[in-house]
Amino acid sequence: MELLKVENISKAYAEHQALSDVSLSIPKGSIFGLLGPNGAGKTTLIRIITQIIEQDTGVISLSGNKMTAELVRNIGYLPEERGLYKKMKVGEQLIYLAQLKGLSKAEAKARLKPWLERLDLMAWSEKKVEDLSKGMAQKVQFIATVVHEPELIILDEPFSGFDPVNADLIKDEILRLRDEGTTVIFSTHRMESVEELCDHIALLNKSKKILDGPKLRIKEEHKDGTFIVTHKGQLVNAPYFEIISQKTTETGLTETVVKDFTDGGPNTLLKELIGKVEIHGFIERVPSINDIFISNVTDKKNG
Amino acid sequence: MGKIGLIISREYLSRVQKKSFVIMTLLGPFLFAAMLFLPAYLATTGGDSKTIAVIDDSGLFELAFENTEDTFYEFLKVDQETGKELVKNESFDGLLYIPNLDVQDPDGVSFYGSSNPSLSMMGDLGYRIENEIENIKLRQSGIDREVLDNLKVDIDINSYNLSGDDEQESSSIGASAIGYISSFMIYIFIFIYGAQCMRGVIEEKTSRIIEVVISSVRPFQLMMGKVVGIAGVGLTQFLLWILLSFGVVSAIGAVFSSSAGDMKAQQREQLESMNIPQDEMMAEMDEDVLSKVASALGSINIPLVVVSFLFFFLSGYLLYGALFAAIGSAVDSDADAQQFMLPVTIPLIISIVSLSAILNDPNGTLAFWLSMIPFTAPVVMMMRVPFGVPAWELILSMALMIGGFVFTIWVGSRIYRIGILMHGTKVNYKILAKWFMMKN
Repeated sequence: MELLKVENISKAYAEHQALSDVSLSIPKGSIFGLLGPNGAGKTTLIRIITQIIEQDTGVISLSGNKMTAELVRNIGYLPEERGLYKKMKVGEQLIYLAQLKGLSKAEAKARLKPWLERLDLMAWSEKKVEDLSKGMAQKVQFIATVVHEPELIILDEPFSGFDPVNADLIKDEILRLRDEGTTVIFSTHRMESVEELCDHIALLNKSKKILDGPKLRIKEEHKDGTFIVTHKGQLVNAPYFEIISQKTTETGLTETVVKDFTDGGPNTLLKELIGKVEIHGFIERVPSINDIFISNVTDKKNG
Repeated sequence: MGKIGLIISREYLSRVQKKSFVIMTLLGPFLFAAMLFLPAYLATTGGDSKTIAVIDDSGLFELAFENTEDTFYEFLKVDQETGKELVKNESFDGLLYIPNLDVQDPDGVSFYGSSNPSLSMMGDLGYRIENEIENIKLRQSGIDREVLDNLKVDIDINSYNLSGDDEQESSSIGASAIGYISSFMIYIFIFIYGAQCMRGVIEEKTSRIIEVVISSVRPFQLMMGKVVGIAGVGLTQFLLWILLSFGVVSAIGAVFSSSAGDMKAQQREQLESMNIPQDEMMAEMDEDVLSKVASALGSINIPLVVVSFLFFFLSGYLLYGALFAAIGSAVDSDADAQQFMLPVTIPLIISIVSLSAILNDPNGTLAFWLSMIPFTAPVVMMMRVPFGVPAWELILSMALMIGGFVFTIWVGSRIYRIGILMHGTKVNYKILAKWFMMKN
């Protein structure tokens, strides 16, 4: 069941093509990682989804309805370039921003309270934003994004400006929201958080989508048949496998990365290896999102 | 509408609650009062007092040089050279030398000073001598003093304005004063609140709140909310100023006129002691001036002035406010804004500079055209309204004003919607034009 559908979106600025024919389908209740190097078109795509700018061609639909300014209320957007009114009090500001999203004043107040408590900001609600530390201001900003309980939350680099403790706090909140059924789009360069949080990913590069799907499937597809073998004894190249790297571990064992040339899968390779050395460990090497990202982006550059 | 309302009320409240607003609102009337009364006060107290030495070889002018509050005259019985020496070593501020002149052909009067004398002082000295010579000549032709005093009259021309249904006494002085003050206020208000608009936009842009807000409301709503909210602040401040100014000015005015009355009384005593019967004339003059002021105000259509003021203030502010907002959206800091401010403010400056020309001929060609062009109309039209403007001109000017601000808001919002999302671009007019043409 998809919540947001992006169909054949293109957008050109005077001097360059920002998006060309990008289509995405974002399943309900997922955390969707939108990845890509700087200038790939992520922010443009997000701005089109949130109706800040208009696409040249293509359709955005939310739960099957064509996106309109009214529907944008169902989105919570935390832009990468974010800020608050510095001279305004935290509480007032959050109420104002929630009212702009269509909440009544009373509703806004009622929904804010638990958030302020959970993120430990209750004592600060009468303080001006300029008196807050950067991390606290970021938490306020996060509350502003989610307080109107949108179906879809779009977070552009959400962890920048957070110390590890607060980043964890926010991470937990994101997961909690997902468990409650909220869909999250997550745009970032930080691959470790993608690895940890995302169910689905899409990779943009040079205005084009080059990859998308469930994270595990993509990882599966990017497996290149390499295995990490921990063993005692000397291992040399053989017709069925090729040694990619080799190092000695702290316990005196050797760790070798081998590429499998047998057609029979891990068991066949293992049989070959057992005949040669004493095996202590055998693990298939699954590429990290980081690896996939780098290999795809550099591939494209070379190609 | 709900969202614009929210934005308007935030823009309005956040400014009205500021300390600087409260302080400016309280201080404003005192500043106005100071602006009105300080020159008057300075003029009456005058600068430093001067002592002028007079060497009168003719012996005719003993009576012509009475001491005044800031100038003292001392008659010396020395020769010209000794007198000059006295000025050089600064015993006197100046030396007036009157030779033994022939009344029929007065010549050779000279003034020596340690610095260049002021125009007003030279004029005053000249006037005193001329006046005395005139008196001497008249006496020589057999007219006595009393007749002379009787000859002096003071004429005021009463002018009437026939444009209305009934004949109204008009006063160009009252009209000029009201026109000048209201033109100037509009000029200052447009500047102050236009700049506030711009700074508000720059603040939203640099604090990066803009993208958060813009995902909830349209850029146009945000811009209009800000422009209208600030207009409300301006109106509030203006109304408070009027009320407070009225209070302060009338309070100071009361103090002033009572002390002025004291001065009059002193003068009267002086005159009496000189056996010159002038009380009647003085009393008459006093009444006359007061009734003149009252009638000057009465002859001007005050409600029309107030309504026009509010209209031209609001429409002028909207016209310029939209442009200021667009400038704010295009730049990243106040400093960058300067280059775009100039072309926007030139029409305002032209209109303020042309005010004296308008004053000379409030219904002339220049006045007409400048009050039709929406960019100069607010300031120029306010100068003309107190003099009476034909209804069709006023209506046409107002219609053009409305068209004008609709146009600038349209232009401004097209630049604004792109500009607010652009950071770090070096903006020039070509880029602004491109933004303007760009579709959403």
